[in-house]
Formats: sequence, structure tokens, C-alpha cells
Amino acid sequence: MSFIELTDVDLVYGGAARDKSTQTLAVSSVTLAIEHGEFLAIVGPSGCGKSTLLKLISGLVRPSRGKVAVDGKEVTHPLKTVGMAFQNATLLPWRNIRDNVMLPLEIVEPYRSRQKTDREKNRERAEMLLEKVGLSGFGDRMAWELSGGMQQRAQLCRALIHEPSILLLDEPFAALDTFTREDLWEVLQELWSFRKCTVILVTHELREAVYLARTVHVMSPRPGRILKTSIIDIPRPRTLESTFEPGFVDLVHDLRHHIALGKRH
Amino acid sequence: MTENSQQKLAPWVATLALVVAWWLVIRLFDIKSFILPTPWETLQAIYQFRYPLFVHGMATLATTLIGFVAAVVFGMALGILVGSSRLLYSGIYPLLVGFNSVPKAALVPVFVVWFGAGTIPAVCTAFMLSFFPVVANVATAFATIEPELLEVMRSLGATRWDMTRKIGIPRSMPFFFASLKIAVTLAFVGSVIAEIVAGNNGIGSVMLVASSNFNVPLVFAALVVVGVMGVGMYLIFDFFERRMTAWSVRGGDAMAQTIGG
Repeated sequence: MSFIELTDVDLVYGGAARDKSTQTLAVSSVTLAIEHGEFLAIVGPSGCGKSTLLKLISGLVRPSRGKVAVDGKEVTHPLKTVGMAFQNATLLPWRNIRDNVMLPLEIVEPYRSRQKTDREKNRERAEMLLEKVGLSGFGDRMAWELSGGMQQRAQLCRALIHEPSILLLDEPFAALDTFTREDLWEVLQELWSFRKCTVILVTHELREAVYLARTVHVMSPRPGRILKTSIIDIPRPRTLESTFEPGFVDLVHDLRHHIALGKRH
Repeated sequence: MTENSQQKLAPWVATLALVVAWWLVIRLFDIKSFILPTPWETLQAIYQFRYPLFVHGMATLATTLIGFVAAVVFGMALGILVGSSRLLYSGIYPLLVGFNSVPKAALVPVFVVWFGAGTIPAVCTAFMLSFFPVVANVATAFATIEPELLEVMRSLGATRWDMTRKIGIPRSMPFFFASLKIAVTLAFVGSVIAEIVAGNNGIGSVMLVASSNFNVPLVFAALVVVGVMGVGMYLIFDFFERRMTAWSVRGGDAMAQTIGG
């Protein structure tokens, strides 16, 4: 049995239960099996229900049909130990970066009840993570003093500080310029190689998916179905150099081809 | 002169200009002092009646602050409630707007019937006038929390109270303090109106007695006292606002928008 399993999942958004005309089928018959420690990417045109898949896995949304299970248990309410990061950094502007990163420790058990006694230890954890993403020395800065790319680095730290077994990333680098984005690919790969949690990355940037993921799923336009699954066996650590190699380029081409095919149907 | 010191001087210059204009109008149109007293006559009245003005001014200040504090506590609680639930928002908000549209002066006789003449109707009127901006601003702050942030919190297993405490309340602080500045001035309006209509105490009653004796300079003196107290309270909350919510000002995005009442 896989760590995360989606079995024939549909999700219908909006409208009254009996009024089919106002409802939107966001995701249709999705079956996925994700192993422990996997790095998985989901690519597809915008509005294809990629983000919906993340909400289904984290339990923020219940499927209309089918089953979502994590670690052998059906997901019926929000999972408590998921790390999430979005396109907007969503840092709290009234806290400095370190306190922003430490937010999950104030909520997730067992850290929550040990907050007072472990204060020093938690600070060190935050500093260590910040250092890993190249933000050492920025802990005391306020969020607005940092550039967009730096805020995203901080957001990644916040998503990882409580050592979640699942990291859900919803186009976290979409609003950044190309150079910053490529820097952050390296940062994320490094974080993943050291944490080994299960990462699910939603993106529309195909190079990003191929660079980072072991498995890439291509989704169709709405209602989202999985059209194609590619295994990326480029050895790690991958570098920016590898993105220019023929094997890499071929994989990106192939994915693009399948997205284009999906649009035509 | 630096831009900063110019800004510091500007309110004094504007006040002086207003006084000069006031005096000029009286001079130009030869207005009698029982219609509109000159600034100097008003000042003299303030000096002459300094003792009753002080005693009644303090009474009005106390009345206002009691009504205001009640309005802040109630307004904050209702604002959190209304802002956290879409159902409550759509259900209660129209009611609140309706309440706010009722002329509060018309409520004073009702409060007098309920509680008798005196301080309590004034406290109630101050409360009625000042709670709405607090509710509206806190509710707005809560209702406009980024949905992604709530998703982050929910996926960590945060309770409703966690979200209120860690996100909602700190985020609403700039809105809250901005609303306090408005609410405290409105509270003065409320208590003075009630004192004029049915007070045996306070600046409003001083104005009522003075105007029935055609002592117009004293009416104006009382008005100046109310104005000065209003500005004083405004400045106090402005100071707290700057101290507590610097992050929202220096962050560049002017989040602290105020909804008047």
C-alpha cells in the first residue's frame, strides 16, 4: 500500500447538490499512488484542478466521489501535519522572519505544549532552516523588508519547521523572476534531499517539474484527469546545467506535447 | 524649515487661520456677540467659567469614556464574531447598518424613559454612536484575511481560537486603532447630545443652561472645551496606533483604512 492513495476521485464545486447546471466538475476520476519520500509534480494548463488535488490530499476539501487515504487512513478532515506553501508568501507582516517560521510550532503537537521549555531549541531549528535556504542573519528582519524570492525561502522554512511528512507546494515560484526561481529550485532540491519528506509540487512550469520531481503527472483541462505520467530518472543532484542536456529537453518537450494533446480533446 | 517641522506646525497655523477668519467675519458683518461671540470673548468666557467648565468637562469626559470603553469591548467582540463567519456577516451586518442610520439624538428620550435623566442616557448614547466604527473595522479585518493563510493554519490543525489569536487579532489591530480614533470623537458627540437633551450634569447641560440665558460666549466656550477634549483623546489613540501597529504603516501597504460611523 502506498503512502498517499487517491482512488477514482471526483470533485464537484459549487451549486446546490441537486442542481447539476451550476456545478463544476473540477477533478474527474483521478487515481494516484504516491510513495513515501517521493517528489511528485503535477503539471497542466491553468484551471485544470491541480490546486484542488492538493486540497484533497491535505483534507481541506472532501472528494465528491472516490477515496483519499494517507498512511492507510481515509482523510476525513484536515491532516494536521502538512506543510504548505503558495504563490503568495503569506507571511505575517507583524512578525519577524524567525517568528514567522516558528508559527507551526505554536500550533502543531507535540511542539505546541513544549513551546515554553523548548524556546531556545526551536529558535535554533528556525535559524538552521533559514541558513539552509540562504537566509542566515535575516531572522530579525520583518517580512516586508525582504524581496519576493527571500519571502518564498522563508515560506519554505515555515512549511518545513514542524517536520511534516507531506509538503504541498502550490506554484510557489510562479511570481518570481527566472533567476530567482532557478535559485529556489536548487534550494528546494537541497531541502528535500535532507528532509526526505513527500513533496507534491503543482506547477505550470515544465522545466521546474522535470528539474525537481521524480514523477510528473500531466493533467488535462477541466475536468482534470491524469493524462500521462513520466518518470524522470535524471541523476541527482540535478544542476542548472542538466536543464540544457538533450535528455532533459526531450522530457520537457514530451510533457508539452501531452499538454497540447489534452487541450485539443 | 524642514518638511517635518512644517508638518508639526501646520495644525497650529490652520487653527490660527480659523480663529482669524472667525474674527474677520464678525468684524466685516458687524455680528452681535449674542449671535456669535468673538474668539476673545470666548476665551474670556472660558476663563470666567473655568471652574464649572472643568467640573462639567470632567463629568462629560467620564461619561464619554465609560460609553467608549463599553463600545470598544462590545465592538471588538461583535466584530470578531461577524468577521469570522460569512453567515453572521450577511445576517447581522445589514442590521448594524440600520442601527447606525438611526439618528442617535432621537434615542435619548427613549433612554431617559428607561433609565431616567442623568448620566446613564449619556453613556448609552455615547456607546450607541461609537460602537459601529469598531465593529465595522474589526469585521473587515477578519473578513479579508488571505484564504491561503487560513489554509496553512487549518492544515496545521489550528483551532478557530488559534486562528483568531494568531492571525485575526494581530491583523485587525491597524483597523482597530484607526476605528478607535473615530469612535472616541463620536463618543463625545453622543454624550454631549444626551446631556443637552436630558442632562443635569456635563458640558452639554452647561450649554443648555447658557443658551437659555443667552450667554452665547459660554456656549462657545463649552464647544471649545469639547473640541479640545476630542482632539486630546484622538492624539492619545493616534500615539498608541503608531506604537502598536508600526508594521502596517512601514510595510508600505496602507492597510489601515478606516470606515467612518
